[in-house]
Amino acid sequence: MRLKITFAKTEAMRYTSHLDLQRTWERTLRRARLPLAYSQGFNPHPKINLGAALPLGFTSQDEMIEVWLEEQVPLKEIESTLTPALPPGIKIQVIQESELRVPKLQTLIQSTIYAVELSHPLPALSDRIGKLLSQSSIIRQRRVKKKLREYDLRPLILDLHSEGEDKLQMHLSALPGATGRPDEVLKALDIDPLTAHIHRSEIILKGT
Amino acid sequence: MLTPKEIQSRLGRVLPTVQKPGRYTGGELNQVVKDWDSIATKVALVFPDIYDLGMSNLGLAILYDLLNQREDVLAERAYVPWTDMEAAMRREEIPLYSLETKHPLADFDIIGISLPYETLYTSTLNALDLAGIPLFSAERGSEHPLVIAGGHSTFNPEPMHAHIDAFVIGEGEGAIQEIVDIVQTLKRGTFERPELLQALSRIWGVYVPSLYEAHYHEDGTFASIEKLDPEAPLPIDKRIEAALPPPTTRFIVPYVDTVHNRAPIEIMRGCTRGCRFCHAGMITRPVRERTVDEVLEAIEETIRHTGFEEIGLLSLSSSDYTHVVELVERVHERFGEEHLSVSLPSLRIESVSVNLMDALKGGRKGGFTLAPEAATEKMRKIINKPVSTEQLLETAREIYSRGWTTIKLYFMIGHPSETLEDVQAIVDLCKAVVAEGRKVIGGRAKLTAGVSTFVPKPHTPFQWVPCDSIEQIKAKQDLLKEELRGRGLKLNWNNPYETQLEAWLSRGDRRMAEVVYQAWKNGAKFDAWGEHFNYKAWTDAFETVGLDPAFYTHRHRPLDEVFPWEHLSTTLRKKFLTQDYMWSLEGRIRIDCREQCFACGILPAFAGLRRENPGDVWQCPEVSQGRVISIKDEDLLPVISGQ
Repeated sequence: MRLKITFAKTEAMRYTSHLDLQRTWERTLRRARLPLAYSQGFNPHPKINLGAALPLGFTSQDEMIEVWLEEQVPLKEIESTLTPALPPGIKIQVIQESELRVPKLQTLIQSTIYAVELSHPLPALSDRIGKLLSQSSIIRQRRVKKKLREYDLRPLILDLHSEGEDKLQMHLSALPGATGRPDEVLKALDIDPLTAHIHRSEIILKGT
Repeated sequence: MLTPKEIQSRLGRVLPTVQKPGRYTGGELNQVVKDWDSIATKVALVFPDIYDLGMSNLGLAILYDLLNQREDVLAERAYVPWTDMEAAMRREEIPLYSLETKHPLADFDIIGISLPYETLYTSTLNALDLAGIPLFSAERGSEHPLVIAGGHSTFNPEPMHAHIDAFVIGEGEGAIQEIVDIVQTLKRGTFERPELLQALSRIWGVYVPSLYEAHYHEDGTFASIEKLDPEAPLPIDKRIEAALPPPTTRFIVPYVDTVHNRAPIEIMRGCTRGCRFCHAGMITRPVRERTVDEVLEAIEETIRHTGFEEIGLLSLSSSDYTHVVELVERVHERFGEEHLSVSLPSLRIESVSVNLMDALKGGRKGGFTLAPEAATEKMRKIINKPVSTEQLLETAREIYSRGWTTIKLYFMIGHPSETLEDVQAIVDLCKAVVAEGRKVIGGRAKLTAGVSTFVPKPHTPFQWVPCDSIEQIKAKQDLLKEELRGRGLKLNWNNPYETQLEAWLSRGDRRMAEVVYQAWKNGAKFDAWGEHFNYKAWTDAFETVGLDPAFYTHRHRPLDEVFPWEHLSTTLRKKFLTQDYMWSLEGRIRIDCREQCFACGILPAFAGLRRENPGDVWQCPEVSQGRVISIKDEDLLPVISGQ
């Protein structure tokens, strides 16, 4: 049985990395004593698959994980055993059964939407956004295997707008090799990402 | 002092800028948060190193669980921040705070510090400093928390005597409850600090250093300890639990990666083997075991509460657990389908151990670890760890043929009377082992030799012997580095300078407290972390205080020397240790004391407890009413008395 669990990663787990989140889920599923499926081999691993990695310090209301179970369990029962086993910082939004043969989550992710809250209002916010979007390319650098590489951030921004002087929303591409990072967008707007709280509000999958 | 809210708000600024911020947030599964204002007594449990290490400390996990079970007590955690976080905290003036409710440590009634090893001392001072608590016990008043400490290294607490108000010598489960009771009783009225300390000193196992004064001979050796309070106990007997209390199973599950990603369950406390270098083996007697049913139940509960993928069944010598085969079979039976990895460390060098590991299906990624400690018959007799080379090779063959590709062998250099030939023998033995492996699995056979350096520990039969000098250690390590190389071989060793520090502190006296303080002032902290270890901070500190470091490490102490830790009693008789030291010089083996009681002193000291706990809970002989084993001195000391 293959499950897709949509969950929120809240304040308590803000500083839990992708890898640590993976382990947290493994332990949660073990606590719930669900019949987890394992990989073959000398050191079998539970068959679970986390969606798009969320950078350290961000919260989210739309994270996804896929879980394979050895046998069919009613969804209601899964929910009732899983809920009390959850750690602080994870809230389940919805549990769905998915087709065994559909491709893995990662290959389905198209783009992501972030809601950003600044610690102080910035009167020039909407002007800066306008200016940034009017550029045809925004060349920035990122570290790829210890080397600095240049890339163009502009085409990765699908939408960007402010809501008042201290909030903004961004819709960024999340395709393999073409993923926009919200902290990079903030830097391009000359905003220190440390002064912002970044929250992922939606992951958009292919065909939805 | 900042309020928790203010601390939380400053953390919001700081956390995104430091490495692994998850160390500093708390909020993990199974942490206990109580209503601060409605709880009578607040205890902060501190491990004086970073979260990653502290979260694996079983002692504190037990105390956290026990204290939080009480309705009138809350226990929270604090660890020392890593250097980046420390700098940020000092910059933002954030005091050391508890992870659960973000209260400054100074707001607690009791600070309980775990000191399992000596290289945590400077970080302990750093923690107190970050908490804004006076570093010296004498400078603390009734407005400050009571600072207590326990753990293996506090069997010689003197190098920290000036900084800690009271030590728990021995096992803490019962003692901590009585300490809390006394703090609670006194807090109901007004009290002065001396009154509190005096009351604490009456608890079995509690040592209050300020109630005693140390005297020294002109040559600097220790003369005597004097009671300043006539009612204070002398000696201070260690505390033990007559039977092991139910194991802790509700471990906090960290979000971030820690050193040991497993839940520890103690199957047995104490060890009957009597390896002469082993501090733990001498101070944790008598051997008390948990039943197989109790261990299985604990595993079950631990999985339910934590979801940990690995369980460590801990003891000093797993093979000696009476029902080890039954335990392993039943673990397999009950949890075999759960993909649970169960580790059983400290196994004896024999093929039965390979069967046990095989049955546990613990995964073969980590390699199979054995600890021969020495490579020649001569050295094995000196340290009382008799293992034959044939037995080791046979076990190694078995390990390689059952699917492990790596064997880890632990050795120690620097044992008394060791020569370069004995060190060369380590090389030869490792090569012989890997050659056996090659016969079975060819070039895939690997061997890692972990060669640490022996540090003479107080309360052991080797408490008299000098520690190797840095030059001696280097010569031995150079030989190993030169010879122990080749295909499949890997060597790990310890920094000889760090070994010196451990040696100074292990057998230090009260005068060392000033050295610890000066070293901290000179910048020493995280002494157990290679990259932070600052040797010069220590040598400068010795110079400032006017003490000779070699006095503590390289001196051969005469048999009749009185040691500055003797008033802290493990209840092992000094005559037993002296005899064992003599036997070592003769190369005489002392067999496992389950086979024959050698009257170490434990039974007479705890005869009452033994009587109340008959059967195989204890591995010591039964004691009947009114009869306590007594052995005449002449039986014990044939060597010294020349018989």
